[in-house]
Amino acid sequence: MENNMNIASAQYVSDMDGNNSGVQATIDGQTMSVPLDPANRHYAEILRQVEAGTITIADAD
Amino acid sequence: MTKARTNASASPAVGRNMVINGAMNVAQRATSVTGLGAASGYFTLDRWYIAEGDASAGRFTMSQTADGPNGISANCLKLDCTTADTSIAAGEALILRQRFEGQNVQRIGKGVAGAKQITVSFYVKANAAFTFGVELFDEDNARQITKLFATTTDWVRHELTFAADEDDGSSPFVDDNANSFILAFWLHGGATFTGGTLNTATFANNTNANRAAGIGSFFSSTDNNFFITGVQMEVGPVATEFEQEDISTTLAKCERYFEKTYNQGVNPATETPLGADSTGGVTGNNSTGEIGSRFSFRTTKRAAPTVVIYDLAGNTPKVTRGLYGTGTSANQTGAASSQSQNSVFINSASGDNASEFYVHFTADAEL
Repeated sequence: MENNMNIASAQYVSDMDGNNSGVQATIDGQTMSVPLDPANRHYAEILRQVEAGTITIADAD
Repeated sequence: MTKARTNASASPAVGRNMVINGAMNVAQRATSVTGLGAASGYFTLDRWYIAEGDASAGRFTMSQTADGPNGISANCLKLDCTTADTSIAAGEALILRQRFEGQNVQRIGKGVAGAKQITVSFYVKANAAFTFGVELFDEDNARQITKLFATTTDWVRHELTFAADEDDGSSPFVDDNANSFILAFWLHGGATFTGGTLNTATFANNTNANRAAGIGSFFSSTDNNFFITGVQMEVGPVATEFEQEDISTTLAKCERYFEKTYNQGVNPATETPLGADSTGGVTGNNSTGEIGSRFSFRTTKRAAPTVVIYDLAGNTPKVTRGLYGTGTSANQTGAASSQSQNSVFINSASGDNASEFYVHFTADAEL
C-alpha cells in the first residue's frame, strides 16, 4: 500500500569518468532522473523492485 | 535588568505545529487533479500524499479550494468523489497522510521513558455525516493508534489527544532524515483494515485489521466530498489555536521536499520561459555538441532529489537550446544526473547549433 510505483524502465547514467551517477527511469509514465541515494523514495523503490526481480537496471550507454 | 517573562504559557511557542502546509496554502505540483484513485502519490498540495490500497473502482478529484474557515485559512484541501465504489474488496484503502522525518519528531520522546502525549487538531466538513479515522503510525517500530471523528456540513474543529507511548523504553524514533512517523486520515477501507477492533486507547504493535474499524466510506456515493484544513500536530494534551505561518516560511518548509523553477501557480510542464534556468553562453561560442552546467536548488533538500527536466515548451526530458541572434530550438536532448541535496547537473549531449540551453525542472525529495 505504501509504494505502488509503476516502473517501466530503468537505466544507469554515467558521469564523464564513466562512473554511474544516477538512474534514468520511467516511473508512472514520467521520465525521471533518480539519484543513487537510498533515502530517495524513487531509488528505494527501484532497489526494492530489483530485489523482487520485477525490474532490472540496464547498464549505461 | 531584564525582566523574566511571566506569561509564557499564554503565548504558545512558534513552531509547535509539526505538520507542514497544514493551512493548505502551497500547491506546487497542481491545484486540481481529476481521475485519482488508481495509484498513490503526491498530486496537489505539498506534503499531502494520497495512499491507495488494492485496486478500487472509486475515483475522485483532489484540489486546493478557496473555502477555508474564516480566520484559520483561506484554503482547504478538497476531495470530490466522481466514481462510487460500494463493492469494497478487503485490501482497499484511501488515506490522506503526511510523513515526518525522525529528526523532526524527536520532541515527542516516543518509545522511551518520559514520552509525551500528542494532540492532533484540524478543521473538517463534508457533504453529510461521516465517521472517519485519524491514525498515528510509528514507522520505526510498527506501532499505531487511531481515533474516530465525525463530519458535518459545517466546519468543525476536532481536537484529539493520543496517549504517550513509552513502548519498551528503548525504541525512540531514529534521529535522521528518513520517515519515522505518519499522520493519516482514513477515508475508506476494506476488511483488511476494518475487520478488527479499533485500536484507540493506547499505541500498540500494528494489526492491520484494527487500524480503521468503524470508519465510513468516502466512495459510497458521487455526492460525497471532504474538506480539511488547519491541520496541527503538537506535543502535550492541549490543542492550542492553529499556528498561523507566513507564506514564505511555509513555502521554504515545503521546498525541502519539492521545488520547481516555475512561478508559484504555474504547473510543471507548462509552456513558459518564466523562471527557467540557463547555462548562460557567449556570442560566437556555439556548438552542436554538449552543453552542460550544474544548477543549484533554492532550498537544501531532505535527500538527493529525483529531477524531471522540461524544455520551455513543456516537453520532457528535453531542453531548449539557444543561439544568440538566431533563436531557440525546443525538444532538444537533455538529461539530469549527479544530484546532491543542493544541486543537479543538467546537460544537452547534442542538438541544434547553440551557445546555451534553457531548462525548467522539478526536484522531488519527498518521503
